[in-house]
Amino acid sequence: MLRESHRDPTQARYREVVGAGDYWLYEVTCGEVLRIHDLEGNQAADTLFFNARDPAEHYSAMNTIQAQQNLYLGTGTRLLSSQANPMLEIIADTCGRHDTLGGACATESNTVRYAREKKGMHACRDSYLLAVSEHPQYGLSKRDITHNINFFMNVPVTPEGGLTFADGISGAGKYVELRALMDVLVLVSNCPQLNNPCNAYNPTPIEMLVWAAE
Amino acid sequence: MSETILDQDTLGAGCHWSLQVGRGHTLRLTDIRGGANVGMLLFNPYNLLERLNIPDTLKCQHTFLLGKGHALYSDMGRVFCTIVEDSLGWHDSVCGTCDKQTVAERWGALDYQTARNGMHRNGRDGFLIELAKYGLDRRDIVANLNLFSKVAPDADGNLTHVAGASKAGETISLRFDMDTLVVLHTCPHPLDMASEYPAGPVRFELLEGVAPLADAGCDENRRGFINTALYAGQCCGGHH
Repeated sequence: MLRESHRDPTQARYREVVGAGDYWLYEVTCGEVLRIHDLEGNQAADTLFFNARDPAEHYSAMNTIQAQQNLYLGTGTRLLSSQANPMLEIIADTCGRHDTLGGACATESNTVRYAREKKGMHACRDSYLLAVSEHPQYGLSKRDITHNINFFMNVPVTPEGGLTFADGISGAGKYVELRALMDVLVLVSNCPQLNNPCNAYNPTPIEMLVWAAE
Repeated sequence: MSETILDQDTLGAGCHWSLQVGRGHTLRLTDIRGGANVGMLLFNPYNLLERLNIPDTLKCQHTFLLGKGHALYSDMGRVFCTIVEDSLGWHDSVCGTCDKQTVAERWGALDYQTARNGMHRNGRDGFLIELAKYGLDRRDIVANLNLFSKVAPDADGNLTHVAGASKAGETISLRFDMDTLVVLHTCPHPLDMASEYPAGPVRFELLEGVAPLADAGCDENRRGFINTALYAGQCCGGHH
């Protein structure tokens, strides 16, 4: 379900553009609203959420799917934690479909999916691992790099049990907005994948905006 | 090569267990009464940071369901095991595990004081107990397999747990391509709406001599098996 937001970007307390292939690690407090803005279109934003007060508790694709008995994320989806606590709710969405099955690309999985020679290509899990290594204060490690959300990515599942990485349905200017239901640490890898259509073969910047609690 | 049974046992409903399975060995599971569910996680015993990765497993093979011929991948681009026999054709891997609250809401809390070992156990606690034996904890409960459970999606992504999908005698066999730590429970699937706590015991056999599949199935798996063989040659002694 598509839903536009009334929030004015000029009133946001925080705005930052994240370049293609970079990571973004930032704390959003309970009640604040986070917008991920697909500036140029068809850009996968691979996202993990952690409980900022207890980072061993993280976003759980399984608990979220289980609770809503649906595979796709959109307006109204409550993102649940690994301990089944509500972390954030999607309150606006102009794209209409976001994936949480496909996970993040990695150098190792690239050797399987494409070719052994692809292992030198930049990948989301490299960004995640660098982020946790550069921020030891959170106590995060590879163990915490789990099953993420791919905002703006289209991974249709068929009733016959098929799954494909399809052309994106996002476009320039589309966005998704989430209200934090607890203090959350947000880790985004702005996906550098060049081997499939998840970024339309052209990774581009995204913008992150945060509005103070109303 | 003939099959030899190295070990066999039955796990009652709601139990949890873990074991290390060697490269070349096969774990065959049988749903004894029908309606069973086996929650399962896989780890590299020599590097517990390498674990079952369902997103990689699904996207490498362009599949949502898991069945015969599918490889189960780690996050390191290697294959823990392959499904070499499967009478069902569809096993869930995205719905996670029931927890204490789900079980209490659906079937009522039934504790040890009241029911002794017939208590209503839950998969999350089962995983936590087994993982703690290896120094692992809640952070390590990644997406698990739910063997014997079919969860069907419609065109809009809505999911339905298919009651009765697994009948008495259904089997699945996992042939291991790497030495693997297997952590499992026999608690109900989180979307199982059965009126009674599903009490499906599961028989397991550990076998030697089960032949690998002749065909890797797809180019991705051919590359995955090469990665796995290279690694096994380095650290599993290249035996079997």
